[in-house]
Amino acid sequence: MGGREVLPPTLEGMTLSAHAPAPDVPDASSRDDGARPEWPDATGHFGVYGGRFVPEALIAALDELTEAYEAMRVDPAFLAEFARLQRDYTGRPSPITEVPKFAEHCGGARVLLKREDLNHTGSHKINNVLGQALLTKRIGKQRVIAETGAGQHGVATATAAALMGLSCTVYMGEEDTRRQALNVARMRLLGAEVIPVTTGSRTLKDAINEAFRDWVTNVETTNYVFGTVAGPHPFPAMVRDFQRVIGDEARAQLLEREGRLPDVVLACVGGGSNAIGIFTAFVPDDGVRLVGLEAGGDGVETGRHAATITGGDPGVLHGARSYLLQDVNGQTIESHSISAGLDYPGVGPEHSFLNDIGRAEYRPVTDAQAMEAFALLCRTEGIIPAIESAHALAGAMQIGQELGSRGTGGRGDEPPVLLVNLSGRGDKDVETASAWFGLGEQTAPTDGDERAVEAGRGAEPGPGLDEDQRATDGAVSNDEAVAGPDAGEQA
Amino acid sequence: MSALQERIAAARAEGRAALVAYLPVGYPDVDTSIAAMVAAVEGGADVVEVGVPYSDPGMDGPVIQEAVDVAVRAGVGLPDVLRAVSAVAEAGAVPVVMSYWNPIERYGVDRFADDLAAAGGAGVITPDLIPDEAGAWLAASERTGLDRVFLVAPSSTDVRLASTLAACRGFVYAASTMGVTGTRATVGDAAERLVSRTRAVAGDLPICVGLGVSDGDQAAEVAGFADGVIVGSAYVRTLLEGRGPDGVRVLSEELAAGVRRAKVRA
Ligand SMILES: Cc1ncc(COP(=O)(O)O)c(C=O)c1O
Repeated sequence: MGGREVLPPTLEGMTLSAHAPAPDVPDASSRDDGARPEWPDATGHFGVYGGRFVPEALIAALDELTEAYEAMRVDPAFLAEFARLQRDYTGRPSPITEVPKFAEHCGGARVLLKREDLNHTGSHKINNVLGQALLTKRIGKQRVIAETGAGQHGVATATAAALMGLSCTVYMGEEDTRRQALNVARMRLLGAEVIPVTTGSRTLKDAINEAFRDWVTNVETTNYVFGTVAGPHPFPAMVRDFQRVIGDEARAQLLEREGRLPDVVLACVGGGSNAIGIFTAFVPDDGVRLVGLEAGGDGVETGRHAATITGGDPGVLHGARSYLLQDVNGQTIESHSISAGLDYPGVGPEHSFLNDIGRAEYRPVTDAQAMEAFALLCRTEGIIPAIESAHALAGAMQIGQELGSRGTGGRGDEPPVLLVNLSGRGDKDVETASAWFGLGEQTAPTDGDERAVEAGRGAEPGPGLDEDQRATDGAVSNDEAVAGPDAGEQA
Repeated sequence: MSALQERIAAARAEGRAALVAYLPVGYPDVDTSIAAMVAAVEGGADVVEVGVPYSDPGMDGPVIQEAVDVAVRAGVGLPDVLRAVSAVAEAGAVPVVMSYWNPIERYGVDRFADDLAAAGGAGVITPDLIPDEAGAWLAASERTGLDRVFLVAPSSTDVRLASTLAACRGFVYAASTMGVTGTRATVGDAAERLVSRTRAVAGDLPICVGLGVSDGDQAAEVAGFADGVIVGSAYVRTLLEGRGPDGVRVLSEELAAGVRRAKVRA
């Protein structure tokens, strides 16, 4: 992370003139040291959010983790090892790619993607896992456990465990093991044990419950590698520290190539780690809008969604106070999203805090809108995004159109610049997308699986599906293929 | 003195430990669960932990999860719990609510404290609320005189034992093993070690031991070093196996005999 260019003072001045930086962050170069936000407090509170709502039996382990982490994060030996792994193993820094043809659908804004999809294992999740795996070794434990929804965090954890010689157990909701069968196979190839969770809604929230139960039982030998910026302190702050490299890099990359900061930074929000990862560097930049895109499912008004901040209320879930989807009795409501990685009824406490203080805004993107953006990026730019990340792309389409039509988003004559975190690649989603778009009748993901029905209940294929494209002889054309809704019924 | 502490002291005056029975409200339905609680009291339970169904019971093993899941899906909530509390009080035992934190926070901490006190409840056991996060509840329980039971675990440091006990009223819940609720073949030495460490800072506060006790012999063993014996999964399993309130009464009788068999500390 060292060696980033120090911007010429004139450029710096020009870049930031309209958007005064916070006084304690005088220039871009000092940012490279990663000044931490002033939250959370010493006991993990982001305003009223966060904290520790766990059985007493886990407090000692959380204290141990906090103490070991605080020592590790300033240890030069760790910092050197972490930097080496990020560079040589993950492939950092990840590039910035401008996507002008996609941007034609974004109201005249320029769109730049932060390419976390190009990381080893295919998403941002590896950033966090390498840090926590090093911490596991440091505290002398030989076994890691993890929860996973889309399977990306499970794959990343299994990968780090293989690399560092740790034994690895991954809890995954049974529903998700079917939706993301490819990732289950990847984890097993990497030597991890995958345990399908059959309690509750059989998705990510239940996998987290099971992982906590395992942890409390086996805490002497086992470390819990948590996958997002939720959970009890220290996880939200620690995972943020490991993920903030996304925004630290992106901010410097934009300053270097554009000589300016973006107008808007966008990211999808499940638990919120990729969003916090890209937001953190920009939080002190008052003029930069931070927008988190939540999974709107069938639409927030239908009640079938995973838009926690948009459609939920503050409460306590999985060890922290934050927004969550709950009923009048305080029971967690099952969330719904086409995207397994966003299908979570909670959200990290820092997002709740950033929302309440008005520093970040959160809005829902429906399954249909996300899939339209998914198809568009595939067809216009040759990049297959994760369906999670497609929610952020759909947000860019909406915000670009809003800014463009108002003509106020840019600076002077310049078009607005939207920086989108492309948190992962879509290999794992090929079957879900095929069912949605009705590409190839036999490719619906999982026979008899309710989720496949959900996945198949498609809207019109998005504009990215070029209906006029000339078919190659013998190819299955879009007409012959089963349309989305039918594919769903067949499945 | 608190209602819980008084009842446990009365048991000790009889030369025995108190029997604390846990049952969740709403399994198999609200009325039957209340009948089962009353049967537990008739069989000899001194205290009933009235369990609040919760969708994400992180401290519970498969037996309690299975029962609670049914209640959650049926929409059972705190109004039903308050009804169960009154029934237990009428049956002559001391009712204490056992709840993960979110249902109470959702209902409103002050509102719940008022309604629980009015229903005759003694207090609340909060398995996922530590005193450090309990500001609103400490204030509400102070105002209403309700007991507040926090947990200690084998992994608790001495510093935490002291600070947790300072916040408790009624009794302290000593979780006998690292792990979730469920019946175990043996309760093990960890429980006894934890109780003696806790005893050193407990003063007058009774120590009740939970997690893993399932029969009269185990109850007798635990009663040898604890002031109260908490039994949960074994009661719930009785209902899961379809033995109903009558089965619960029989189990209570066996456990009540167990807590009377032990040699109890003076
Ligand atoms: C590619 C990708 N993006 C985003 C997420 C959502 O997680 P978070 O909100 O923590 O970034 C996931 C989770 O599995 C993911 O795989």
